[in-house]
Amino acid sequence: MALLTFTDQGIYCPRADVYIDPWKPVKRALITHAHSDHARWGHQHYLAHKDSAAVMRLRLGDTINLQTVTYGEVIKLNGVDFSFHPAGHIPGSAQIRVAFKGEIWVVSGDYKLHEDGICTPFEPVRCTHFITESTFGLPVYQWQPQTAVMAEIDAWWQHCKTNGLVAIISAYALGKAQRIINHVDARIGPIFTHGAVENTNVALRASGIRIAPTKHIDAATTKNDVAGALVVCPPGAMGTPWMRKLGPSQTAFASGWMTLRGARRRRAMDRGFVLSDHADWRELNEAVLATGAENIFVTHGYQTAFTRWLTEEKGLNAVAVKTLFAGEGDDEEGKDLPA
Amino acid sequence: MKRFAKLFKRFDETTKTNVKVAALVDYFNDAPPNEKVWAIAIMSHRRPKRPVTTTALRAWCQELTLIPDWLFDETYHVVGDLAETIAKLLPDTEGAEDRGLVYWIELLIALRDKSEEEKKTTILAAWNALETFERFIFNKLLTGGFRMGVSQKLMTRALALHLGKDENEIAHRLMGNWDPATITFEKLLLDDSVGADQSKPYPFFLAYPLEDGLESLGNPTDWLAEYKWDGIRGQLIVRNGAVFVWSRGEELVTQQYPEFENAAHLLPDGTVLDGEILVYKDDAIQGFHLLQKRIGRKSVGKKMLEEAPVVLRCYDLLEWQGVDLRAKPQIERRLLLGEVLQGLPENNLLQCSDLVSFSSWDELFLRREESRAMNSEGLMLKAKEAVYGVGRKKGGWWKWKVEPLTIDAVLIYAMRGHGRRANLYTDYTFAVWDGDVLVPFTKAYSGLTDEEFRQVDRFVKQHTVDRFGPVRSVTPELVFEIAFEGIQKSTRHKSGIALRFPRMKRWRKDKPTREANTLEDLQKMLAQYG
Repeated sequence: MALLTFTDQGIYCPRADVYIDPWKPVKRALITHAHSDHARWGHQHYLAHKDSAAVMRLRLGDTINLQTVTYGEVIKLNGVDFSFHPAGHIPGSAQIRVAFKGEIWVVSGDYKLHEDGICTPFEPVRCTHFITESTFGLPVYQWQPQTAVMAEIDAWWQHCKTNGLVAIISAYALGKAQRIINHVDARIGPIFTHGAVENTNVALRASGIRIAPTKHIDAATTKNDVAGALVVCPPGAMGTPWMRKLGPSQTAFASGWMTLRGARRRRAMDRGFVLSDHADWRELNEAVLATGAENIFVTHGYQTAFTRWLTEEKGLNAVAVKTLFAGEGDDEEGKDLPA
Repeated sequence: MKRFAKLFKRFDETTKTNVKVAALVDYFNDAPPNEKVWAIAIMSHRRPKRPVTTTALRAWCQELTLIPDWLFDETYHVVGDLAETIAKLLPDTEGAEDRGLVYWIELLIALRDKSEEEKKTTILAAWNALETFERFIFNKLLTGGFRMGVSQKLMTRALALHLGKDENEIAHRLMGNWDPATITFEKLLLDDSVGADQSKPYPFFLAYPLEDGLESLGNPTDWLAEYKWDGIRGQLIVRNGAVFVWSRGEELVTQQYPEFENAAHLLPDGTVLDGEILVYKDDAIQGFHLLQKRIGRKSVGKKMLEEAPVVLRCYDLLEWQGVDLRAKPQIERRLLLGEVLQGLPENNLLQCSDLVSFSSWDELFLRREESRAMNSEGLMLKAKEAVYGVGRKKGGWWKWKVEPLTIDAVLIYAMRGHGRRANLYTDYTFAVWDGDVLVPFTKAYSGLTDEEFRQVDRFVKQHTVDRFGPVRSVTPELVFEIAFEGIQKSTRHKSGIALRFPRMKRWRKDKPTREANTLEDLQKMLAQYG
């Protein structure tokens, strides 16, 4: 019996009778991170990192039955060791290590290797079986250092301010939004947020994570208030009446997909900034090799290509596995808006 | 390259026309005259001939990056642009001393006669000297067409602003044959003293489709109507005893249609006709499929001349006795055209595209229904007072096509698109039923909204049955209404049928797959309209 198997409900450990990031309601779920395609509604019992707790309660309700752990802490379930290790994806994100008698699996969820300044950096975990995402698993995806991207965003914001335009940037409400908020140059102007971003900020601050000061755009906010401001919103808010009431503006989207000129033009936004909470091609390769694992399971993303690469070029035993994880969706619209 | 690259970076950062024009004006104000000539040439598709093959480019890129063939292919299909794929796969560089566009163009021109090894060394050095975006622009000069989000219309407008001149005059000056390697900016755009190039065509006047109904045009007596022909728009010039034929894409096609050499004997010098190049055989206009055989052929054999002889159906007279008539009203040009053609010696080469007579809009509606039977696409409506404009303008001319033919078909294969559809499954193959089997019969890439394309893209990714290189087969679940302009027999397609201008008219979410049309339905259409 394999320690972990892939079932219709999700990744399953038969020996301990628990699931990891299941997509159908189960009795016991271990959650790698709080994004909605991994932390789903309806499980009887949740186990997650402590920094995921506030956001999970915000999204799944106060009443969920949630137990939390810290990084490195070992939980024993029916003789199987479970521990959470930093995945560097968003605050609270974890790779879940599952070990039993020398067989060690790591479910990495979503991850990135470069430091983003808001979450605990990724740590490689040695294992025999590694489950990896492949969202940006093609060599054309190569990230620039975060400081360079932030400098681009600052220059654009300053340009908007000089021209009397509000700079509206859309980014995933959990993770990337806070990365931008904490690293842009706040001397340029105030930072305003859409409700979905502000709720997340409040939850993260409550978990003790420092998020730079932001102002929530509410019914009382006027065009004068947002003059010269940077507005951070989820992708789904773009082009809505909410946005139009902010007055003359420029729009931008921060995503790894903005690497490609075609994807940028398709969005018909003024600017596209290449910023991702996922690993790029180099990071994916580095992460896989650092585990020392012989058996690699490739999930959501450019699965076929990355699997073939690992098999033919790296000599690993890699297989593609179908899951319901969404990765960094090219169409994240609405995914992160409050219900 | 920084200045030229920055221009395209600015295009990329906006969707607004006036911002693009402003970027162009800034560029023209800043660039030296010889660079401006090359920039204009590139943006009007007069790029120098490519010195290296795209196969060599990708091979060198793979050699540098150690990327295997299959992974390069996979990446290229996702990026949807070879120049961009290569630019992004190559390692980042520090860049080197900035050299202008002219330096790089001259380098490429000089490369043409060099050995393969020298070509490789030069290109690799260039890649190493340019940062990623400049490298992308450089690669664009080496691959495919230079389609970069700027139309010739915008460039012409910007040049007019830059020089304080009239846009139409600039458009006319940029037409025809001129060599960016030898002409100066002064001579191209400013000098009035030199005699005009005798082959220089006039900018084509183009029509928008009529969408608001005939009543929006006002009084029927103010309008002329003629059949709209489905051929190649052509401008025939006779000057100083020489004949020049230009296609709408500003391509000199005289050699491809040697039939027109005879026009020099028929027409006096200083004559320019506007019309449609069509295959005419057995006393009738033939469908587009015959003309298609001649498109792109540099030389035409005797057999082809017999199989698919062409004529010009003329509908406008732009120059007569050396005088530019474009500012005269349509009705005057039309009457003179009639007289000129009638006065010619007996010939079949230059035919008049006759006016369609009508006294009311209702009557015209009926006349349009007859078009398909005549191998015409519908009607053209031209205001009697209209001048011959430059480019696509609203008001004077309208095209009013017949309603397309339609058929309901099942989506069975999908491929990713290019350009702004990169990494999105937008190119589909459709099938109809032949008994219990779905037979593919057409591809279609357009007609859906961005949102619909996103939905189908998601469907394709979730319902992939099999992959053949870049093509995915999907479970046959989605039905679309396919509209098309014509139907022909074809030996190249499995279904035995080829469609003209197929596109998706509607997503039939209401229709189960089983109720899509059949091959027999298509064959009936072929019998009726083919």
